[in-house]
Amino acid sequence: MQKEVLERTIDVALSGGGEFAEVFVEDRSMSSAVLDQRRVEQLSSGRDRGAGIRVVIGETTGFAHTADLSEKGLRDAARAAAGVAREGGGGVREIALGDLRRHDSLAEIEPGDVDKAKKIELMFQADDVARSEGSSISQVQVALGDSTRRFVVANSEGVFASDHQVRTRFNVSCVATGDTGMQTGYRPIAATKGFEFLDPSAIEEAARGAARQAITKLDARPSPSGDMPVVLASGTGGILFHEACGHGLEADAILKQASVYAGKVGQQVASPLVTLVDDGTVKGEWGYLAIDDEGHESSRNVLIENGVLTDYMWDFLRARKEGRLASANGRRQSYQHLPMVRMTNTYLLEGESDAEEIVAQTAYGVYVAQLGGGQVNTATGDFVFGMTAAFLIENGKITAPLRDCNLIGNGPEILQRVDAVAKDFSMMPGTCGKDGQQVPVGCGQATMRLTSITVGGAAT
Amino acid sequence: MSQLLEHAERLLERSKGSEEIEIYISTGQDTEVRAYGGAVENLTTASSSGIGIRVLRDGAGGAQVGTAWTGSLDDEAVNDALAQARDNVRFASEDEFIAFARPDGVEAVTLSLRDESVSTTPLDDKIALAIELERRVRGGDSRIRQVDSANYSDYLAEAAIASSTGIRASYARSGAFLSVEAIASDGVDDQTGWGLSVGRAPGELDLDVAANDAISRATRMLGAVKPSSMKCTAVFDPRTAASLLAIIGGALSGDAVVRGRSFFANRVGEMVASPLFSLLDDPTDPRHFQASSHDGEGLACRRNVLIERGQLKGFVYDTYAARRAGTASTGSALRGGIAGSPSAGCRALQLMPGDEDQATILKNVGDGVYVESLMGVHSGVNPISGDFSVGVTGRMIRDGQFAEPVRELTVASTLQRMLLDLCHVGNDLEWLPGSAVGQTLAIDGIAVSGS
Repeated sequence: MQKEVLERTIDVALSGGGEFAEVFVEDRSMSSAVLDQRRVEQLSSGRDRGAGIRVVIGETTGFAHTADLSEKGLRDAARAAAGVAREGGGGVREIALGDLRRHDSLAEIEPGDVDKAKKIELMFQADDVARSEGSSISQVQVALGDSTRRFVVANSEGVFASDHQVRTRFNVSCVATGDTGMQTGYRPIAATKGFEFLDPSAIEEAARGAARQAITKLDARPSPSGDMPVVLASGTGGILFHEACGHGLEADAILKQASVYAGKVGQQVASPLVTLVDDGTVKGEWGYLAIDDEGHESSRNVLIENGVLTDYMWDFLRARKEGRLASANGRRQSYQHLPMVRMTNTYLLEGESDAEEIVAQTAYGVYVAQLGGGQVNTATGDFVFGMTAAFLIENGKITAPLRDCNLIGNGPEILQRVDAVAKDFSMMPGTCGKDGQQVPVGCGQATMRLTSITVGGAAT
Repeated sequence: MSQLLEHAERLLERSKGSEEIEIYISTGQDTEVRAYGGAVENLTTASSSGIGIRVLRDGAGGAQVGTAWTGSLDDEAVNDALAQARDNVRFASEDEFIAFARPDGVEAVTLSLRDESVSTTPLDDKIALAIELERRVRGGDSRIRQVDSANYSDYLAEAAIASSTGIRASYARSGAFLSVEAIASDGVDDQTGWGLSVGRAPGELDLDVAANDAISRATRMLGAVKPSSMKCTAVFDPRTAASLLAIIGGALSGDAVVRGRSFFANRVGEMVASPLFSLLDDPTDPRHFQASSHDGEGLACRRNVLIERGQLKGFVYDTYAARRAGTASTGSALRGGIAGSPSAGCRALQLMPGDEDQATILKNVGDGVYVESLMGVHSGVNPISGDFSVGVTGRMIRDGQFAEPVRELTVASTLQRMLLDLCHVGNDLEWLPGSAVGQTLAIDGIAVSGS
């Protein structure tokens, strides 16, 4: 995309009186394949190119997108986006962009350079490993996908930057069948890296983990019901913070007073053991970004420090409104979507405890080995997250496996109940949905304990 | 013939040798207005189009299929996609059950699902609807302290499918929506409520329905408490009942069945639910928001009985799952846009209505919990094992009447148990935008987790 074309498009976008205009041009390619019961199927490749243009006037944003990347196509979209400027007559502004700030992908092997036969070999390897775990494994599905996303973003305040993001994911899903019916196991591995990331040992571990999880759950009993201590294993427990406070710390909810954390900067909102960071700079993690989708360099932002709320997450628009710096949390699913405040990699810093001791010091409760997702109402703070692999803790020991269920709590209350954090930090990839837009995010934490949360099982 | 179908048909000419190809084209126009503080916060206008291509080759051990898609109708992009699909074919497994749909003689119903007033209604009128929606919610009750999103949105969509196996289908639809989320406060406690009105055109929308629903749901939750854990009857309101039916519908997909991912597999003819439970999937019913003349492979949609008075009758199939199951497609292929491959699924689920209204059901239940919103359906329901646990807000039912509002609880059971424990089905049908119609349902033996 020529710089002059972008400049002229921004000029058109501002011609109705807009104060701010932005052009986001994206070219996204992806490929995926599924191995289901040892059949290679759903081999799919896709490409989508287009531009999203937004114009801001006062409190109003106009947005239009087009797949037509000719100068005329961009100009038409710019006029459509500028259509919100109802008063008109903004006069002529000419924008001059500086040099492009270019960012390259971290991929050593680009998805397009990989022999598809090699990808299929890895999927069969995962299938073999999963089946070798036991004859009760009745179904194995392996999915591999990669995506390459190149974009250029230019705006009327001189931002002119590009990024090249390569992501690779590999999931193993197993079903085990026994006298008690069917149970499932699932392991995702994913990174903002190229094909080199899929090494055979990681794949084997994922396949083994998914199969064992399904087999173990065949003996699972209904989960308990009611309040009790819960220990969250390293990694997926980060979803707790994503839901319990992450979404509530996004500036769009804050500025609309639609979050329980509004107006609480400087206050103790969590146990002193909680230091929470959102960090787009963690190279290779699923939520890694060189720049956000508004063209700002990613950064490490401390949200809660020793339990005290230090800051929220900001996109460019909300930060501009408040006269402060953005925190590079402006993200969009594609050129067809408006950027919003979104998390990147959100994690709890390690503590001092020993993971095994945390379990040993828990008389009775639930040990959650893997979480599957969650949801929050930011205005009330109520949130849920689902456990997909869990066990009872009895007398300091991990005992019977438990069936899947949700846990429910209220963010500000639950954050105060973190009473131990270990040193075995790890991260997990996930997909975060908000207002219909999906973006890749990372979550992380070390083994930790909540003194009490409601476990929503069916046992009584 | 629609222009889109003509376009798809022309692209069929690019097939080479003995390969079969299928072209799916879709186009759409969208408008979205979000109002905030009496003005427009965001206004989005856009049109998009794209093509999904599948290429199939027959081999000794069955057929292979490869897929590609592009978000553009231009020639170069389509040729690239076609080349990609051909390359993908080479790596796919040969599978005797793979085939493209072929015309099966079932006549498609004629449905009028596209209302041109979506495109002729001036943008200013659409903006006015969103702004008025926000105003009515803010002004409707003094306890409403915030309206964080008041939205008007609409779409016009058209799709065409043509294949070298003789499929020629095109269909169009429109939709218009008002949605609003209100936050109510009593000075101590904040609660939220979400209101909705849907139609095929802006003229069918009802501002008061959406506004009053949001206001009432938010304000009646004020002072909500966390209940004690207990086992009781849960009464699901029409909205949450529709979510429940959609989950059950997932397990009735022939695709899940043939892949060993449904607890209904091998159970046709058995009593899997209460005799009160008769479920069908009928996209030919124009009252259903997801009604459709054709499925995602271009076959005619039809009425499929899935469960009759508790007895499992059958599943919904696309061409692949049907062949693998040794039966015929039920015209139930779903397609997740241009990038998705067709897969069997329910589109328009309807439970045969019971003969009780909601008040009668509450009276007959006596004591229990009334469920008005669900949270964590994706994280707490396992459609393969059937384990079910969701976060809930709602009200207690005491002596057949609504009592105090409750929050921060879960309701749990298994889907298998819940179908058998169904004890009341309402006659209060509510046509909702998802894949299922809503009506009040009461289910026994639910574990409520609270304090």
